[in-house]
Amino acid sequence: MATSQRSKTKGNEPVEAADQAPVGRPGDHITGTGIAEPTLGIAGWGRWIWRQVTSMRTALILLLMLAAAAIPGSIFPQRSADPNGVTTYFQQNPATAPVLDKMQLFDVYSSAWFSAIYILLFVSLIGCVVPRIGVHWQAVFAPPAATPTNLSRMPAFKAVKLGNKKRALLLDAAKSELKRGGYRIAADAESVAAERGYWRETGNLVFHVSLVGLLIAVGIGGAYSYSGQRVLVEGDTFVNNLAGYDSFNPGIAFNESQLPPFALTLDRFTVKYYIDKNYAGNNGTPLNFKADVTVTKQGQTKGTKSVIQVNEPIDMPGASVYLTGNGYAPVITVRDSKGNIAYTGPVIYLPQDANMTSLGVIKVPDAKPKQFGILSFFYPTAGKLRTGAYTSIFPANANPLVTMNIYEGNLGLDSGIPSNVFSLAVHGLNQLTGGKTGVKSIELKVGDSAKLPDNLGTVSFDSLRRYASLDVDYNPAQGWVLLFALLAITGLMMSLLIPRRRVWVKLSETGFEVAALARGDDPRLETVVAKLATTLKPKKAAKTAENDETMPEKGKE
Amino acid sequence: MNGVVLNENLSRFTELGIYASMAFYAVAFFLLSMNLARAASEKALVRKQAPKLETAGIWLIVVGALFQAIGVVGRGVAVGRVPWANMYEFTITSTLVAVVIFAIAQFVKKEIRFVGVLLSGFVTLALGIATTLWYVQVKTLMPALQNYWLYIHVSLAIVGTGFFNIAAAMSIAYLLKSAKWVTEPKPALAGNALFKLFKRILDLFPGLEQLEQTSYRFNIIGVILWTFTLLAGAVWAERAWHRFWGWDTKEVWTFIIWMIYAGYLHAKATRGWSGKRSAWLVVVGFAAIIFNFTIVNLFFKGLHVYSGLK
Repeated sequence: MATSQRSKTKGNEPVEAADQAPVGRPGDHITGTGIAEPTLGIAGWGRWIWRQVTSMRTALILLLMLAAAAIPGSIFPQRSADPNGVTTYFQQNPATAPVLDKMQLFDVYSSAWFSAIYILLFVSLIGCVVPRIGVHWQAVFAPPAATPTNLSRMPAFKAVKLGNKKRALLLDAAKSELKRGGYRIAADAESVAAERGYWRETGNLVFHVSLVGLLIAVGIGGAYSYSGQRVLVEGDTFVNNLAGYDSFNPGIAFNESQLPPFALTLDRFTVKYYIDKNYAGNNGTPLNFKADVTVTKQGQTKGTKSVIQVNEPIDMPGASVYLTGNGYAPVITVRDSKGNIAYTGPVIYLPQDANMTSLGVIKVPDAKPKQFGILSFFYPTAGKLRTGAYTSIFPANANPLVTMNIYEGNLGLDSGIPSNVFSLAVHGLNQLTGGKTGVKSIELKVGDSAKLPDNLGTVSFDSLRRYASLDVDYNPAQGWVLLFALLAITGLMMSLLIPRRRVWVKLSETGFEVAALARGDDPRLETVVAKLATTLKPKKAAKTAENDETMPEKGKE
Repeated sequence: MNGVVLNENLSRFTELGIYASMAFYAVAFFLLSMNLARAASEKALVRKQAPKLETAGIWLIVVGALFQAIGVVGRGVAVGRVPWANMYEFTITSTLVAVVIFAIAQFVKKEIRFVGVLLSGFVTLALGIATTLWYVQVKTLMPALQNYWLYIHVSLAIVGTGFFNIAAAMSIAYLLKSAKWVTEPKPALAGNALFKLFKRILDLFPGLEQLEQTSYRFNIIGVILWTFTLLAGAVWAERAWHRFWGWDTKEVWTFIIWMIYAGYLHAKATRGWSGKRSAWLVVVGFAAIIFNFTIVNLFFKGLHVYSGLK
């Protein structure tokens, strides 16, 4: 590499600057067609473009562009991380949202422009790293570069005066000293050239190659991975097939046969809340969520008891089951005016605050003679506000209460348009209790039942259960991702912390000279030269003559 | 029954240690500023007084750190766990770590003592914000945080931030020293007495090459620690949030910061990008860290909502 003629300028950077040129050639190297023809041919243009793409400057700009391109994803809600946020954004900004969506601002990390930047970055990386592997391979097996003529031009330099007799054994001593220091050496009659720190470049290459491996593993993993969600009430069983999920996000190459067959029953869900009479500031904070489950795998007749907690999923081949949420599921039964059961079962109430005031919706399309819907609140520990409204004052179920408002009318379930089970479109419905109706909302404690207004029938709060939100995930390439990440970090540390350095010891007319040159940053360059000079200088030898001119700003050491 | 005993009174009492440390840092900031002004004086007699001020300033920082340690340890005892689970705790702990890194480093390498003035000013400000705006009553951890990864992931981030903080101070000094309006001032500015003093103060800082080099050495340690933070976070996220990477806002900004510093490392090796431009990247990188910690924590939606503030 064209390092020696550049090394005279300040510090060590010019040596590194050579890296931006295609490896092994100086930056101003002219190839074939470029000089012969006034205009570049297709091949010439191709080469020029390739040269630009793989240059250090391009890599640098692409890195910064990728950093900038990632920002919008933290400002706008993303479909991948926060799909509900996207829906809300569309409702609140109906004019701008479709425009932003066109620009893929709700899918930043899979957008064409974000992908374009990182793909270019990786092309640049590969184009830069592959030739460097070859160069490094040769460097590892080649002897260290020959000693330059003028050592005093090196960033670290020391000249020592020495009598003729004592010079005779000096090079041998230098050889063994440098060998002991882990240097590879090459010697001629007048000098020893030594180099160490090859692992620095090895680490650098390992880091970059590992990033390519990481990207491939993430890509393949993403294609074959899946993530499914299921809300499971105590006592209920989930069977692992597509029909068993409430929502499911497969990778593009996912196949249903990937789902390992098992059944999972939620036996019990318990939450431990903090409570302290003397300190109210932390009361009601959950200390632990625990799901006792029974897992039955294919071929088993009896299941295995197991526990899922936050941070502690159950891992099976092909699937891990995580605990991601929880809430209350009051068991409600609705009978119509004729006494027929129109609805019965646990209802999933969604928590609205830290004390688990929860909102639930019951739709009763089969009620005769009229359809109706129920908008309901659940308070695990009901307390009354000054306004007379209920609120939950503690998240555990110490004083459970359900309140209900009834909406009569066409629920729109027969139109074929899918509707959200967790919300009731009250527009067009006739409100019968609560609010401005003047009729008191229905209030039920466990075991209570009440008559519905307008002779619609009765409703009862039979029992209280809890539910857990479970997430079943699998990414087959996850282990590979971790492996490449660990390799990358090892390579990174090697490339930043191992000093790569050349050291020369040369006989001069008046004594000997020691000089060193670092590739990249090397905090110990001066020390190494000074130490080597002292070690090699026989005891009681002549005085050292330092050449301060060649050590601007570093002479202090 | 709870397994943890919270003690708000102890937290409030040991917070006095934080207040005391702020007083010490503020005085240290004042003395170290005076030191710079004196050392930059044209009069030999005034210059002679400077080293004493510097020594006093450094010792005040050390004493301040001891009081701050009382506050940090006290908070840890009061909550019965590591004191870095919300913004208040993270700020008091991370600034203490930055101060300790500085205190040790300045014994090893005297040249970085000038950072003391920037650091004491920054820490006083940060602690002031933490105690007035970000203080939250002692709380137990949400279940997702009750994990040994909290120790690894967050402590790596804290120490990494400490290194980035000191490196950023070096790069700011570099940019001031090499700024065109400083090196080639307009005639009107050049004659100004205050500007002259400012220039003499800058002359006290280490040379440009040394500033750049020291900043780089702190930054590479920062980058390695930040990479470990990211990796540890991903491993933890796989256990706690069922995926190792999901572009949560905090993950996005950790990625952005990593990219900026990756850009910085490449800039150091690119012709025309070392020197000023790399120094700017260091400043931008640290600004992104501050942004990630303040704006992202307080105003962005995401899974890393641990400020404890409403």
